Amino acid sequence: MRFMLLFSRQGKLRLQKWYLATADKDKKKMVRELMQVVLARKPKMCSFLEWRDLKVVYKRYASLYFCCAIEGQDNELITLELIHRYVELLDKYFGSVCELDIIFNFEKAYFILDEFVMGGEIQDTSKKSVLKAIEQADLLQEVGTPQKSRGRNWGTPKIP
Amino acid sequence: MALKMVKGSIDRMFDKNLQDLVRGIRNHKEDEAKYISQCIDEIKQELKQDNIAVKANAVCKLTYLQMLGYDISWAAFNIIEVMSASKFTFKRIGYLAASQCFHEGTDVIMLTTNQIRKDLSSPNQYDTGVALTGLSCFVTPDLARDLANDIMTLMSHTKPYIRKKAVLIMYKVFLKYPESLRPAFPRLKEKLEDPDPGVQSAAVNVICELARRNPKNYLSLAPLFFKLMTSSTNNWVLIKIIKLFGALTPLEPRLGKKLIEPLTNLIHSTSAMSLLYECVNTVILCVQKLRILIEDSDQNLKYLGLLAMSKILKTHPKSVQSHKDLILQCLDDKDESIRLRALDLLYGMVSKKNLMEIVKKLMIHVDKAEGTTYRDELLTKIIDICSQSNYQYITNFEWYISILVELTRLEGTRHGHLIAAQMLDVAIRVKAIRKFAVSQMAMLLDNAHLIASNTQRNGICEVLYAAAWICGEFSEHLEEANQTLEAMLRPKVTTLPGHIQAVYVQNMVKLYASILQQKEQAGEKEAAQEITQLMIERLPQFVQSADLEVQERASCILQLIKYIQKLQAKEVPVAEEVIALFAGELNPVAPKAQKKVPVPEGLDLDAWINEPPSDSESEDEKPKTIFHEEEQRHSRHRQPEIDEEELARRREARKQEQANNPFYIKSSPSPQKRYQDTPGVEHIPVVQIDLSVPLKVPGMPMSDQYVKLEEERRHKQKLEKDKKKKKQKKEKRGKHHRHNSLHTESEEDIAPAHHVDIITEEMPENALPSDEDDKDPNDPYKALDIDLDKPLADSEKLPVQRHRNVEALKSPDSEVPLVEKKSKKPKKKEKKHKDKEREKGKKKEKEKKVVEEEEEEKKKSSKHKKKKHKKEKEEKSKDKKKSKKKTHHSEEEPLESVQNGTLEDEPLPVSSCAQTYDIQGNLQNDSQVTVSVIFENKSTSFLKSMELNVLDSLNTKMLRPEGSSVHDGIPVPFQLPPGISNEAQFVFTLQSIVMAQKLKGTLSFIVKNDEGSTHEKLDFKLHFSCASYLITTPCYSDAFAKLLESGDLHMNSIKVDGISISFQHLLAKICFHHHFSVVERVDSCASMYSRSIQGHHVCLLVKKGENSVSIDGKCNDSTLLSNLLDEMKETLSKC
Repeated sequence: MRFMLLFSRQGKLRLQKWYLATADKDKKKMVRELMQVVLARKPKMCSFLEWRDLKVVYKRYASLYFCCAIEGQDNELITLELIHRYVELLDKYFGSVCELDIIFNFEKAYFILDEFVMGGEIQDTSKKSVLKAIEQADLLQEVGTPQKSRGRNWGTPKIP
Repeated sequence: MALKMVKGSIDRMFDKNLQDLVRGIRNHKEDEAKYISQCIDEIKQELKQDNIAVKANAVCKLTYLQMLGYDISWAAFNIIEVMSASKFTFKRIGYLAASQCFHEGTDVIMLTTNQIRKDLSSPNQYDTGVALTGLSCFVTPDLARDLANDIMTLMSHTKPYIRKKAVLIMYKVFLKYPESLRPAFPRLKEKLEDPDPGVQSAAVNVICELARRNPKNYLSLAPLFFKLMTSSTNNWVLIKIIKLFGALTPLEPRLGKKLIEPLTNLIHSTSAMSLLYECVNTVILCVQKLRILIEDSDQNLKYLGLLAMSKILKTHPKSVQSHKDLILQCLDDKDESIRLRALDLLYGMVSKKNLMEIVKKLMIHVDKAEGTTYRDELLTKIIDICSQSNYQYITNFEWYISILVELTRLEGTRHGHLIAAQMLDVAIRVKAIRKFAVSQMAMLLDNAHLIASNTQRNGICEVLYAAAWICGEFSEHLEEANQTLEAMLRPKVTTLPGHIQAVYVQNMVKLYASILQQKEQAGEKEAAQEITQLMIERLPQFVQSADLEVQERASCILQLIKYIQKLQAKEVPVAEEVIALFAGELNPVAPKAQKKVPVPEGLDLDAWINEPPSDSESEDEKPKTIFHEEEQRHSRHRQPEIDEEELARRREARKQEQANNPFYIKSSPSPQKRYQDTPGVEHIPVVQIDLSVPLKVPGMPMSDQYVKLEEERRHKQKLEKDKKKKKQKKEKRGKHHRHNSLHTESEEDIAPAHHVDIITEEMPENALPSDEDDKDPNDPYKALDIDLDKPLADSEKLPVQRHRNVEALKSPDSEVPLVEKKSKKPKKKEKKHKDKEREKGKKKEKEKKVVEEEEEEKKKSSKHKKKKHKKEKEEKSKDKKKSKKKTHHSEEEPLESVQNGTLEDEPLPVSSCAQTYDIQGNLQNDSQVTVSVIFENKSTSFLKSMELNVLDSLNTKMLRPEGSSVHDGIPVPFQLPPGISNEAQFVFTLQSIVMAQKLKGTLSFIVKNDEGSTHEKLDFKLHFSCASYLITTPCYSDAFAKLLESGDLHMNSIKVDGISISFQHLLAKICFHHHFSVVERVDSCASMYSRSIQGHHVCLLVKKGENSVSIDGKCNDSTLLSNLLDEMKETLSKC
């Protein structure tokens, strides 16, 4: 897989992961172009399209498009499966995930993706082990920083 | 210090965190840019602080902004700071930011090397994990080189979490630093058998990716992958493996045979569509199944069906062609993706017979198509389809030219140059068509205003380039040369792009020359002078051109013509000399011709021709021509002249056709032309109307009519042929003539309408045929095309950095594998053998081992059913050793010298010969089986005089030539050089098939090497299991029920406990190992059927309980049944 994009119906990018280091300028151009093509497609159409020298597999979940670019020889259906698996993971992690979850916790969405896919190859096919790894890492984070951003309180600044 | 900390945390209270930022952006919809630039200022402030938590927060926000499209490369150094934080929370954010925005151009990336190395060796596995994940996104060649060794060490980490990440990232490292592939490969291979499924699948992933690019280096892994394929239940892994086999099969045809069985099993048993698709893709055996996919209402399946079909098309075009109707139907689909796929298919499906029909369909689509992209795609496809394999499928070039001309009516296409190139190519290479082409091109030039009028349509004006050139070059075929010249001189022409005008100018002169000659020959001096005058009047408009090329040509020619005018005034005949300017014929030159000119012997292109120049002066000197004289050029093949009669006949046909065509311009001048012919009216400006609607260019013949004509012609041909046949048959036997109507038209029956001579492109003499230049030198995967079986050289060790990093770990762990690899023998062997041998080798120096790898593979086929069911039966690896003195120790010594101290005494097997065999029974002869044995010489010596002998049993005997005794072996009909394999077949007769049989046998052979030759023997066993006499036979459930009801079957049953594999997998195992097919399956209960070569029916009922499986069997023969069940028990207990 070359890259993965998440964007909304309105064409707002929500997440991008590039498995081949690409210059920012090219990234922007590709994202813009691809969003246009994908958003123009009707819901009844198939999830695959050929774009430049890549194959694009996308799927829409509610208002969010999940879009992967794969190489010529890769299997489209398994990529579709991969997208679905990722959505399932997000769903498990956030508990019925919605677009806002991904917007506000976008770093978490990245961490989950990183545990699931690495360097464009699927890393672990087991949902359980991915979630376990994330939980463990989160736990570590809690220990490392008791003051988690979410739990921060405006009311009582600590005075030494 | 403490105060500082406190101050930092208070400051932090007032910083925005990521959530605040996101919320803020959402609340500032109107002035988002302003808000964000304000935020970035804040972030810059935050980054200046010492508190790492503040920095991390800032970097986190930057990462979000980066996604929104803001440049954050200025913060690269801060990102590295956050990456090196000791707390995981911050480290995680730092690596995330780095993976999002670092790339090879990021200059600070080198600074990360030591940090990453430190994190990789961190005791906390999540630190290591996050470093690996980050690295996978931004690894550069330098990082890859410096860290390869560290990552390789991690591949053997105790935690599977790290192992799997390390394995995956190795692929990225290989891509960036190909030298690391060979040292790391053995360990990577080990990971294929890792106890952790995640690591295993990661290793499969990486090796499959590697092997897909350069399959030939990975052939030796095939048995290992085969084992994985038959044992794995993970669809993700299976897909990769099947893909890998797809790449390997073309290189090793025997694999294909072996694969069919497991793949068909998968196809029948899997419920995952993705896996099914991959199998179908690889096997490409069931076109019929694909039809179902395409007809499905699910667009996704439709798309994939078409895609798979296009792959089948490459190998089995016939089977796909029958689905033409369906594919043409797909052209009407709403979905562009699907239409494009269908188009691809059409490309491969055309034949002489259906080309016109298909193109006609496409032309209709061109007219209907909305959106220029799709229409352009259609246009290119039409041209591709027609011109493929050197115009192989075109029977009528007039039709093709008309198609091209019709295509020029397309609005706004970008592919004018394509059409132009085709026109040129056809006109130059198909001599017979030139006359027609010229007349069409003249028409185009005449109607140039329609083509070039609209600025949007300027893509198409490229065709005028071709038109002008063709009319000029082949002006002798032009009937109305004057009119064409006229058209080319119109003022409107000056609005065309420069390069087209340049061609116009050049070809005008060619036209002018031929007109001049015509007129002079006819003695019409005034007409000749008029035409000269016309040129002189009109050329100045080109002299004023802004385009340098046009200007130069025009002024040059203007001078020439002025000179001609002078001569004409003196009544000197000039035509001959003018025409001489353009004498000679241009031949097409192959695109690669220049490259292929061989370097003459004795010419060293790198040597200085003169001494290296002392000053710039000598640069002007040019080497003399290095090309051969190309005298033979014109002696190339000429088509035998068509006889007069044929010509007359065709002319007649053409006239007929023209008469029927309302658009065809008859040779009598039309009123419009007469108007233009009249000199003097010329300078009246004629206002031309621009119409954006595509007009039918008047006088264009419709291509459709050719389709009709062609049909008639073919029909006629067919009739004639039929008549002839009838006659012949009548003469022979008058009664059978009725059957003639069944005669089907075959491809070869269609003779081309014209005898066309397609001139082949010229190549220089002595050009070497090669495909090398087809390879893309920029292919990033080419660097990974490395022979993995060669032993490692010292220089190939991975760089271990010593000087830079004091704490760089060099655990013995990281060194050992390198040593191991160095001692790797140049022989392919399974890993497990290696270890055993090493131990033994130390003890018994003089022992020689013969490693025999037997991959037993048995398969059967029932040929008259046209279906081949092949099964791989069992795989066994046996180590056999024989004590033997007087072996070839001398030849081993040089090999040992490369070994490292610890392994000095290891002896190497001298000859290891692998055998693979198939047992094939056939239904036509119920007492014979054929055993095909594949012999592979794995030693470095030459093997000859091989003889195979088997100790016959009462029941099973090897079929020997008459007159030979049971002690005589059967010679193997070939010799084996080192590393070569070959296949021989032996026939066995057997009486009863109800019992399994094991036959002992010996292969004797002579080993020949530099030292001389010795006689050697190799013992083996042939295992004829009962299951190997079964043939997978499909059975319908009703037939199955009847069979069970009949009551003449014996019954037996077994139960096996401790089965943990899934039921589906279990069934697949039975199908695979015991040649059964599933009749019906309900939940965890299935009925199965098979048949022996002697016609015994075997029915099974398989039930799966909690932890056990029970199998009830029914069969005509109770012994056979109990033996079969015993075998099954053995297989299942291994699960």
